[in-house]
Amino acid sequence: MTVSLYNPGEEQKSILVFLEHEGGVLANVSLELLGKGREMADGLHWSLAGLLMGHQVADLAHEAIAYGADEVWLGEHPLLQFFTIEAYAHTAFQAVSDGKPSVFLLGATPNGRDLAGRLAVRLRTGLNADCSGLRIDPDSGVLVSEVSGFGGGVLALIEMRTHRPQMATVRPGVFTPSEMDRNKNGKVIEIPLVLEEDMIQTQVVEREVGSGIDLTRTPVLVAGGRGIEGDFLMLQKLADLLGGDVGATRPPVDEGHIERQRQIGQTGVVCSPEVAICCGISGAFHFVVGIEKANTVIAINSDPEAPIFDYADYCIVGDVHQIIPEIITALRSEGEIAHA
Amino acid sequence: MPDLHMVVCVKVVPKSEEIRVDPETMHLIREGVRSEINPPDMNALEMALDLKDRHGGRVSLLSMGPPPFETYLQAALAMGADHVYLLSDRAFAGADTLATTYTLAQGIRKLGDVDIVFCGEESADGATGQVPSGLAEWLNVGQLTLLTNIEMDLKRGVARGHRELKGGYEILEVPLPVVVSVTTACNEPRFMDYRIKPWAFEAGRVTVWTAGDLDADENHIGFNGSPTVVSSLAEAPSRERKKQFLEGSPAEIAQLLLNVFREDLPQ
Ligand SMILES: Cc1cc2nc3c(=O)[nH]c(=O)nc-3n(C[C@H](O)[C@H](O)[C@H](O)COP(=O)(O)OP(=O)(O)OC[C@H]3O[C@@H](n4cnc5c(N)ncnc54)[C@H](O)[C@@H]3O)c2cc1C
Ligand SMILES: Cc1cc2nc3c(=O)[nH]c(=O)nc-3n(C[C@H](O)[C@H](O)[C@H](O)COP(=O)(O)OP(=O)(O)OC[C@H]3O[C@@H](n4cnc5c(N)ncnc54)[C@H](O)[C@@H]3O)c2cc1C
Repeated sequence: MTVSLYNPGEEQKSILVFLEHEGGVLANVSLELLGKGREMADGLHWSLAGLLMGHQVADLAHEAIAYGADEVWLGEHPLLQFFTIEAYAHTAFQAVSDGKPSVFLLGATPNGRDLAGRLAVRLRTGLNADCSGLRIDPDSGVLVSEVSGFGGGVLALIEMRTHRPQMATVRPGVFTPSEMDRNKNGKVIEIPLVLEEDMIQTQVVEREVGSGIDLTRTPVLVAGGRGIEGDFLMLQKLADLLGGDVGATRPPVDEGHIERQRQIGQTGVVCSPEVAICCGISGAFHFVVGIEKANTVIAINSDPEAPIFDYADYCIVGDVHQIIPEIITALRSEGEIAHA
Repeated sequence: MPDLHMVVCVKVVPKSEEIRVDPETMHLIREGVRSEINPPDMNALEMALDLKDRHGGRVSLLSMGPPPFETYLQAALAMGADHVYLLSDRAFAGADTLATTYTLAQGIRKLGDVDIVFCGEESADGATGQVPSGLAEWLNVGQLTLLTNIEMDLKRGVARGHRELKGGYEILEVPLPVVVSVTTACNEPRFMDYRIKPWAFEAGRVTVWTAGDLDADENHIGFNGSPTVVSSLAEAPSRERKKQFLEGSPAEIAQLLLNVFREDLPQ
C-alpha cells in the first residue's frame, strides 16, 4: 500500500476549505464549501478552517469567518498574488502538513483542480473528484463522497479509509453558502512562509478574468444548441422577458457564438433554475447533467426523436425560429396587459 | 535544441451513452459497449502533431489499459505519430488517479528525454481531470492545463500556452519539460493517413510494457496504490420528467407556455 504523509491516527478533527478569490472577492464555490463544511463540522463537533493564499488578502479572512470558518490559515506573500502552481502547491502543502486536517475540500475549478491533483500526489493521498454529495460517517470519521462518471450516467460512492487528508473537489453550484454572520468569532493564523522567486517556473504573461457571468443561480435558463444557428440575440430577448439568462451547449461556444462561461454541462456549468428552456439541443449526456437540477425543463426541437425530450417536462416539436418569436410576442403582450 | 520528443497520453473509453451498471454486482457492463479514444485526447494528439509539423521531432503515444486498446492506439498512430506504448499488466488494474499517474509517470521515465507530455482535459468516463497535474507532480515538472493553443520558443526552451478559464484566459510560459492538458474540441483532429495505415497496423507495432518493465514499485500500482475505494456504483437515477408534448400552432404553444411560466416562476 502507498502510505500517506500522515495517517488517520495523526489527523486533527477538522475540515479545511481552499478559499479562491478574484478581484478581492471570495469565489462562490468557496462560500458554498464553507457552508457544507460548517454543516458537517457542526454535526461532529469538528472545526472548520479556510486556507487563504494571496497578496494583501487579509480582509477576506474575516469574510470567510463570517461565512462559517472557525480559523483561517493565511498565506500572505507578493509571490502569491496570482495563482501559479508552484507557489500555491508549496504553500498549501506546508499548511496541510502542519495542520493535518482530516478533510480537505477544494472547488472543482481550473485552479482548484490543478492544485488538488498536485497536492494529492505530494501528500500521497486519495482524491474524490467532482463530488455531488459529501457526508462524514460519524463513527469512523470517513468522508463518503458521491461522484458521477460517464457524463453523469453513473453514480458512485467513494471513500478512503487509511489515507489523510481525505481530499475532495466539488463543482460550483452544488452546495449553498450559510447565512453571513459578521459577529462570528474566528482566528487568523499566519502560515510561516519561505517563498523565493526561483521556486516559481510559471510566468503569467497575460491574464484576463472575471467577466462576472454566473449561471449557477439564474432563476430561468434559456439554453441554445447547434439548432439555433448562432441566433443568441433571440434567446437573450426571451431570457430578459423572463428575468433569466442565456446558456449554450458546447458547439456554439466552440464556434465562437457565445462566451465560454455560458457553456452548460459536464465541462461547463451546472445550473439549478426554476425553469430551463432548451432550444435546438439534442440532449447529449454531457449537456443534460447541467440541467438535471432544474425544476421544470422545456425543450424545443424539430426532431421528434431527439433525446432531449426524455429529459423534459414540456416537449415541443417544431422550429425554434418559429416558436421562440411567438413566445416573445406572447410575453410582451401579456406584459402590456398587466401594465394597462 | 535536439529534436522535440512529445508524448501523448491516450485513454480508450466506452461510449458514455451505452454504459450500464449491473444492479446486483454493481459492476459496469462492458459487453457490447463500443469504445473510442477519449475525445479531448484526439485534440491533444492533433496539437502534438501540429507542433511536429512546424518544428520537427517525434510523437509517442502512451496508454495504460488492457490489450484490446491496441487497435484504437494503432488508429491514432496512423494519424502521424511515431511510436506507441501500452502499459498493460493485471497488476495495474483498479488504479485510481494516484496509481494511474504513478504508472504513466514510470512509463514516461522509461521513455527518457521527453519535452512535452500532452493529456486531454478530462476523460469521458472517470472525468476527474486530475491526471495531468498529478503526472506533473510525479515527474517534478511544470504544467500548463486547459490549453486551447500552444507556441514553442525553442531557443529559450519554453512553451507558451493559452489557458482557457471560465471567466477569461491566461497566457502562461513554462520551461520544458512540461505536462500539458488540452481542451475538448479546441482543434480539428486530422484523419488517419491511409499511406501509413498498413505500417501502423503491422503486428508488433505496439510496444507493451508490464509492471516489471517499468521497474514499478508494487505499492504504488493498481489496487495497492489506490487510496480511494469505490463502495457503491449505480446508474444515476434520472429525474422523472413529465415528458408532456404540447401540440398546436406556434401561437397556441406560446400560450400554453405562458401558463407554465405563471405556475412555475415566482412572480
Ligand atoms: C469530454 C466531453 C465533454 C463535453 N462537455 C460538454 C458540455 O459541458 N456541454 C455540452 O453541451 N456538451 C459537451 N460535450 C459535447 C456533447 O457530447 C454534445 O456533442 C453536445 O452537447 C451537442 O450539442 P447540441 O445539442 O447543441 O448539438 P447537436 O447534437 O448537433 O444537436 C442540435 C439539435 O438541434 C436540433 N435542431 C436543428 N435545427 C433546429 C431548428 N431549426 N429548430 C429546432 N431544433 C433544431 C436538431 O434536431 C438537434 O437535435 C462534451 C463532449 C465530450 C466528449
Ligand atoms: C464513475 C467513476 C468515478 C471515478 N471517480 C474517481 C475519483 O473520484 N477519484 C479517483 O482517484 N479515481 C476515480 N475514478 C477512477 C479514475 O477514472 C481512474 O483512476 C483513471 O485511471 C484516471 O482518471 P480519469 O479517467 O478521471 O482521468 P482524467 O484525469 O479525467 O483524464 C485526463 C487525461 O489523462 C490522460 N489519461 C487518463 N487515464 C489514462 C490512461 N489510462 N492512459 C493514458 N492516459 C490517460 C488522458 O490524456 C486524459 O484525457 C473514477 C472512475 C469512474 C468510472
